[in-house]
Amino acid sequence: MSRSFEKIGQLLVAAIAVMFGLYVVAKIYMAGQFILAVVCLAVLAFGLFVYTSSRAYSYRYLFPGLMATLVFVVFPIVYTFAISFTNYSSRNLLTFERATEYFLGQTYMVEGGQSYAFTLHRDGHAFRVRLEDEQGDVFVSPPLALYKGPIIVEAQVPAAGDAPLAEPVDTKVLISYLPNLKLVSFQLPNGQLVSVTGLRQYGAVSKLYKANADGSLTNQQDDSVLTPNMKTGFFETSSGQQLTPGFTAQVGWSQYTKIFSDASFSQPFFRIFVWTVTFAGLSVLFTFCVGVVLAVLMDWDALRGRAFYQTMFFIPYTVPAFISILIFKGLFNQNTGEINQILEMLSGFHPSWFSTPILAKSMLLIVNTWLGFPYMMVVSMGLIKAIPADLYEASAIAGAGPLTNFFKITLPLIVKPIMPLLIASFAFNFNNVMLIELLTGGRPDFLDTKVPAGTTDLLVSFTYRIAFEDSGTNFGLAAAISTILFLMVAVLSLINMRLTKVNVQEAR
Amino acid sequence: MAVVLDKSHRWRVVLAHIAIIGFICLIMFPFLMIFSISIRPGNFATGSFIPQTISLEHWALAFGFSYQGADGALLEPQFPVLLWLWNSVKVASLSALILVVLSTTCAYAFARMKFLFKNYMLNGLLLLQMFPSVLALVAIYTIFDRIGNYVPWLGIESHGGLILAYTGGIAVYIWLIKGYFETVPVEIEEAAKVDGATAFQAFRYVLLPIIVPILMVVFLLAFIGAINEYPVASILLKSTDNLTLAVGVKNYLYPQKYLWGDFAAAAILSGLPITVVFLFAQKWMISGLTTGGVKG
Repeated sequence: MSRSFEKIGQLLVAAIAVMFGLYVVAKIYMAGQFILAVVCLAVLAFGLFVYTSSRAYSYRYLFPGLMATLVFVVFPIVYTFAISFTNYSSRNLLTFERATEYFLGQTYMVEGGQSYAFTLHRDGHAFRVRLEDEQGDVFVSPPLALYKGPIIVEAQVPAAGDAPLAEPVDTKVLISYLPNLKLVSFQLPNGQLVSVTGLRQYGAVSKLYKANADGSLTNQQDDSVLTPNMKTGFFETSSGQQLTPGFTAQVGWSQYTKIFSDASFSQPFFRIFVWTVTFAGLSVLFTFCVGVVLAVLMDWDALRGRAFYQTMFFIPYTVPAFISILIFKGLFNQNTGEINQILEMLSGFHPSWFSTPILAKSMLLIVNTWLGFPYMMVVSMGLIKAIPADLYEASAIAGAGPLTNFFKITLPLIVKPIMPLLIASFAFNFNNVMLIELLTGGRPDFLDTKVPAGTTDLLVSFTYRIAFEDSGTNFGLAAAISTILFLMVAVLSLINMRLTKVNVQEAR
Repeated sequence: MAVVLDKSHRWRVVLAHIAIIGFICLIMFPFLMIFSISIRPGNFATGSFIPQTISLEHWALAFGFSYQGADGALLEPQFPVLLWLWNSVKVASLSALILVVLSTTCAYAFARMKFLFKNYMLNGLLLLQMFPSVLALVAIYTIFDRIGNYVPWLGIESHGGLILAYTGGIAVYIWLIKGYFETVPVEIEEAAKVDGATAFQAFRYVLLPIIVPILMVVFLLAFIGAINEYPVASILLKSTDNLTLAVGVKNYLYPQKYLWGDFAAAAILSGLPITVVFLFAQKWMISGLTTGGVKG
């Protein structure tokens, strides 16, 4: 008996969950996010199947984790590809529907129309507007949040039983909300549209645009026609003038052709690419060299106090990188930095680390070596321990010195197993946006480029700047560069997997 | 050691010691410097490296107290460092907790059950964790911007959104825990099942207590990873009170407003606890990773 109750309870919970999920999906769909709605619906359907079918029992354990990977790793990757084929940017931010709505919300003042005195009243967190025309007729708006885009709201003649309005807000508050009020037009019961025309006044207005069946808009004031251009993402007048705001349009491969054929983009792109590879390569080389030398020293039995040394060497790795990078930023400062003070005392030399490209690059490499060598040391130490001691005994009998030992025995034996780690480290530094953003910000910039691009920018910090720092916020272009980077990382990963597999097979 | 020693051996040892100590001085230089700067008065003073006058103004400001300067001017703390530290700890521990729960259940299924596409999924996860989230920043930003339109506490400028974004990095932990599960003999659970336990009960009451060490390791790894994460946090969080430490601390060193001394104290105050956790965790993590689940 209790068993069936349990079953009913489970069904009830499932039903509620499904209803809630469907509600969310419907809401997302109504907001115009078709793709997102479909993805959510698919997730919901799969979830329902997993938790009801006994055949999918093992997927019950997998579902939450796999969903997290799917939604926050796979979906962003796919979405990045999708964005790279659009002109999504701060100028083309809205969807086509939203952009149309924006234009349809525009109004113009009718000459000789009636004017209305108005007052603004608080209603909880929202506001209501009271209009009174010259004949003394009163209209009241519903509560408005006053932060949305242009909208048209119906205002009514107040009924006898309505709660009275609060006291009108004072002029200071009114002025602060005036920009928001300008976006709101009211439709009176007689069909007349009114908008703000002064600090205390509303005036009769008319809609500026009328929608046509083919998606174009007719300007009611001068009868000109705005046609949406689906290639550029703008509404255009007959003379080709573009009106803001634009909308996000599919632009095909044009972001990619821009990167590779437009010289003002391709030049910085290739220069940055060369520096990215150089930076990642040298970082790996330097950290490995320092790390492996220390690892060899730490394996030397004659040396006492190795445990202490090891801990000291490891400290750069344990301090959060964002703090050590900033410490270096201050120490390298040209005028007040302590490094320059020491250099000046020793040699009178006063380098400008942040404004000379070659010095900025060296500084990045110095800091990155400092940050990365402890990891290489720990990894190499493990591998060196695995080398059989009799090899060294044999070489000692043959009269070999420590240098011969290192180059003929140690290095050849650890290079192969450490290779996948070196490639992983290369891939990490290839995308090391934190170091660049915190230390140089990519600067000093190239002077001859259209988009801001720095001599110390990595490809990934270059995209970061295009998308989030540069005033243009060109998401489409950034997504295209990211897509290219994805391919590069994929190639690196494949090489890495191949090498790892070879190592595993040889170990057998 | 059976290695033959020659005469120069002793000198080599001494030389190695000198070189190592020199190198340690070099790598410790930034930390010694930053400590000296934090107790030196003023933000621009370029005095001696060992401060002649000791002032606690930067430390007072870092702890959020205002400070009466020697010239009578009242200095107010510029940035809420302790709040940033708290934000970081909050985001990191919650996301680490979620990651542990999600990856443990997943790893259990991968280690113990047979199902369709299992190997494809495992390899897919391995491949996915090689793509850093920096590359999908534009998409991540857009996704959370849109989510925020419906659910504000998961959108841009919310810690909920950031926590959610971090839960994506689950793949590497699934592999880690799966490897540990495989060191536990299947017979233990089978015995439980013979006694009448369901699959979930065997997982919850038998297996879970055995694998606690690896869960600690995963929690710490995820925690440290989230504390140190910069790019995603920097695009999702903007207002001063909302920032995590990684995004916030750089505000001290804007060229227009260069607070070198205040930064020094704030860096030590916020960096030291994290460093201590890391150092402490390091020993523990190595022992957790190397010893299997079954003793004896």
